[in-house]
Formats: sequence, C-alpha cells, structure tokens
Amino acid sequence: MIAADVVVVGAGPAGIAAATAAAELGQRVLVLDDNPSAGGQIWRGSGAQGGAKGKALQRFARSGAELLTGCRVFDVPAPNVLHAFREDSGKAIAVRYRQLVLATGARERFLPFPGWTLPGVFGVGALQALVKGGFSVRRKRVVVAGSGPLLLAVGAFLRSAGAEVVSVAEQASEGKLAGFSVSLWSEPVKLMQGLKYRIALGGVPYRTGCWPVEALAGSDGLSLRGVRLTNGRRSWEESCDLLACGFHLIPNTELAQLLGCAFDGDFVRVDADQRTSKPDVFCVGEPTGIGGLDAALVQGEIAGLVCAKQPARSLQRRANAGRRFAAQLEKAFALRPELKTIARPEAIVCRCEDVLLSELEGQSEFREAKIQTRCGMGACQARICGPALGFLFNWKQTSVRPPVFPVPLEALCMNDDEKIEEKA
Amino acid sequence: MAEGMLIYINGKVVRVEEGTVVAVALLQAGAACRTSVSGESRTALCGMGICFECRAVVNGEMHRRTCQLLCVEGMTVETEP
Repeated sequence: MIAADVVVVGAGPAGIAAATAAAELGQRVLVLDDNPSAGGQIWRGSGAQGGAKGKALQRFARSGAELLTGCRVFDVPAPNVLHAFREDSGKAIAVRYRQLVLATGARERFLPFPGWTLPGVFGVGALQALVKGGFSVRRKRVVVAGSGPLLLAVGAFLRSAGAEVVSVAEQASEGKLAGFSVSLWSEPVKLMQGLKYRIALGGVPYRTGCWPVEALAGSDGLSLRGVRLTNGRRSWEESCDLLACGFHLIPNTELAQLLGCAFDGDFVRVDADQRTSKPDVFCVGEPTGIGGLDAALVQGEIAGLVCAKQPARSLQRRANAGRRFAAQLEKAFALRPELKTIARPEAIVCRCEDVLLSELEGQSEFREAKIQTRCGMGACQARICGPALGFLFNWKQTSVRPPVFPVPLEALCMNDDEKIEEKA
Repeated sequence: MAEGMLIYINGKVVRVEEGTVVAVALLQAGAACRTSVSGESRTALCGMGICFECRAVVNGEMHRRTCQLLCVEGMTVETEP
C-alpha cells in the first residue's frame, strides 16, 4: 500500500495548487490523475510554457509532490483508503491517505438532440482537447454552439489553429450576458479576457439567444453536413464539417458522493478551509461551484495550506471573489427552458445503450427507466445522460456505487496484499 | 526519414506525429472508435475520459479509452465491434 500525508485526486489547476502548497510545507503528497500528464483540462497539452501554467507546473515539479498519471480512482474500500486503476500496468493499487483533497474538475453538460451522436459532433472543450492532442482543424468549418464562457475561448482557439469558425451560438440571451458583463466591473481582468476572445474571433458572428436543434448528416450518413440553429422564432441551417457543442459545465462529484460528503444542490459543500462535511476530506475547484481557473487556484492553495496546518486567512478575499464569480456564471448561463424541446422523440438520449427519448415515455423516474430501458446502465455510468435527464425531466440520479469507473474484473478482484506489491 | 511514428489502424499503416492521442489518430484516419449497440459509428465525444464513446481495441485489449492514450510506435488500434 502506498501511503501519503495528503492524497490529491486530480492534477488540474486546483489539484496542482493544493499539492504544491502542502508539499512545500513538508507534507508527503501524492497526486493521482487519469490523464497521461498533469494540467487537467484548461492546462492541457504543450505550448505556453511561460505564463501562469508554466510557472505553476514548474513549482509543482519542484515541490516534492509525487504524481501518478494514467491513474483512476474507482473505490473507497475502507476509511482513508482509495483503490485506483493504473492504465499502464492494467493493475489496481491501494493508496492510504491521512487527508484527501478532491480536485476532480468538471465535465461538459450535453443535451440530446437529433444527430448529436454523428461523428463530427464533439463537446466544446472536447474539440479543444482533441486539437491539443494532434487533431488538425485547419480549413475545417466549425460551428461552436451551446452555452458558457468556454464557447468564446474555444472559438478563438480553433480560429488560431486554422479552423474556419462559421459562428458561435450561445443559448443565453443578450440581456443575461449584458448583466453578466456589468457584474464583472470589479474584475477587469476577466472583462478583458472576454474582450480578447471577441477580438480574436474577428468577424465570426457571436449569436446570443441561439441554440442547435439538429445536427445534419452528410450523404454518407456518417459525416456532418451542417447544423440547424434556432433563435426561438426561426431556424436556419449552417454548413459545417465539425460541430462543437456543450452546455456549460457540471461538476465531477462521483467520488465525493461515494465518500458520503454533504452537498449543496449539485455541488460539494465546503467551509472556508475547503473542508467537506468529512473532516479529513477537502474539495477544491469546480466540484464546489463552477468558478474557473482563479477560483480553482486559490481554493487549491487554501486546502494545501490547511492540510499542512497553516492559516489561509489571507487568501479568503480571493476565494470569496471566486465564489461570487461562480454565482454570476451560474446565473448568466442558466439553461433556457426551450432547450428541453430540442430532444425529439427520435433522438438518442443514452449513447451507451442507444436509448431513444421516445422509449422513456411513461417512465416516471431514473431507477425505473434504468430497469425498463437500460438508459444510464452503460459504460459511462450515466455521466452523460444523467445530467441531461436531470434537466429534461428533473430526474435525480440514483446513488453512486463502486466501482465509480468501469475497471477490468481482474483489477476489481485483486486483494490488498497484491496491491501492496504494486509500488508506484 | 519522416518524423513521427507508424501505427496500425484497422490493419492499415498510418503515420502520426509524436504526442498524438489515439482517438485523434482514429479521427484523422476516418475510422470509428466503436460501434454502438444499434450499429452506429461513434467517435470521441467528451475528449476527457468521461463518456466512453472513444473506446477501441488497442494492442488486442478491449475498452481502452483512446482519448487519454498516446500513440506509441507499432501500436495496433481497431474499431471496437
């Protein structure tokens, strides 16, 4: 069994900040992340080694914190013990912690509509991640649609990567976004960033109050020909090779649920020290509220300091600003009710099991739907369809059980003695 | 010698650049990652190991999430049936 004073799950900005702060104060820190390298989503990939990302990653590397990549936590079999699956060895490991920091980040919210399962349709952050992973979008026509600040950022990114961004369609109304901009008056850096993206987008139309209703297949039935957008009064087709579509972010909280942490709505409840309702478990970044990079960094640092028994009072002002920003984001990018109608009866809702919306007719709650239709019973464990059904029908997800990610049976059957031998 | 590396996608040799994610190699080769239960071709959706749409057979092993996997010289990748 590997043991550490502080175990951090997730090596995005929040996890890196927590690990760095705790390790610099002499704690033995172990960071587990399922990606091939540290950085999480926003700091994914190479490039821009200067700047905040480069500095943070260098400081993290020097801090003495140990990092295990390709490592996915799937169970909490006993108090203060995690089981994780290692992609490279195909084996499970057991990790003992004194204090645990959950920095599990967020994922995109997807809403089902006809054609959203076609090749060529991706999440918004997803397409950015794939481009960073070597996907060439040069001269490809891309429509970016859905909701959230990511739309502008990724639109600008794709354009700089050589894509022809046809348009950016944001479901939030002009009025809500104007209110959001005004609410940022005290944060000129964030206002400037938004402005920078708008400038980087050049003449690309940023259509507010617009959303996709159908992704249109090419003649081969497999590729994308375009997307039908609407503003609620009329709809029109925009030709594109790729559609990047995601409806803001939702937190990854499966591990916090498995640990029995208390929640406020969709988010993990934390105190000013980032401590959850479980005294030895901390939570930082998006699972406590979708607040972006600054909020993640300051929350991570607070948790790291508190784990090393250092005061973090001087950081509270920044942390409060982060919380205010998260609340403003939630208000500005709240989903409009019309989006419930883009899921047509013929649209696949559960992509793992190919369950159509029409098949869910007559089901009154998620559990029943699972039993009757297999909706949400596939490999993603309802991570994609669950939040969509929460929005469409107000269905609550059923309880989280181990393994929180599918693992090979052999890894699941491994006893703790075997896991002890598998040293990091 | 050209840069990058050679991998096999559905039996065909493909050259990819260093640092290419397997899901991307499949996209660039026009190959699906997996076939859905109703027979649709699927490619990566979330790009971050959440949605499991990018599962493919890598070096004979089923259900590998190819969006979190880097290409390695000589790797064989097949569309998951």
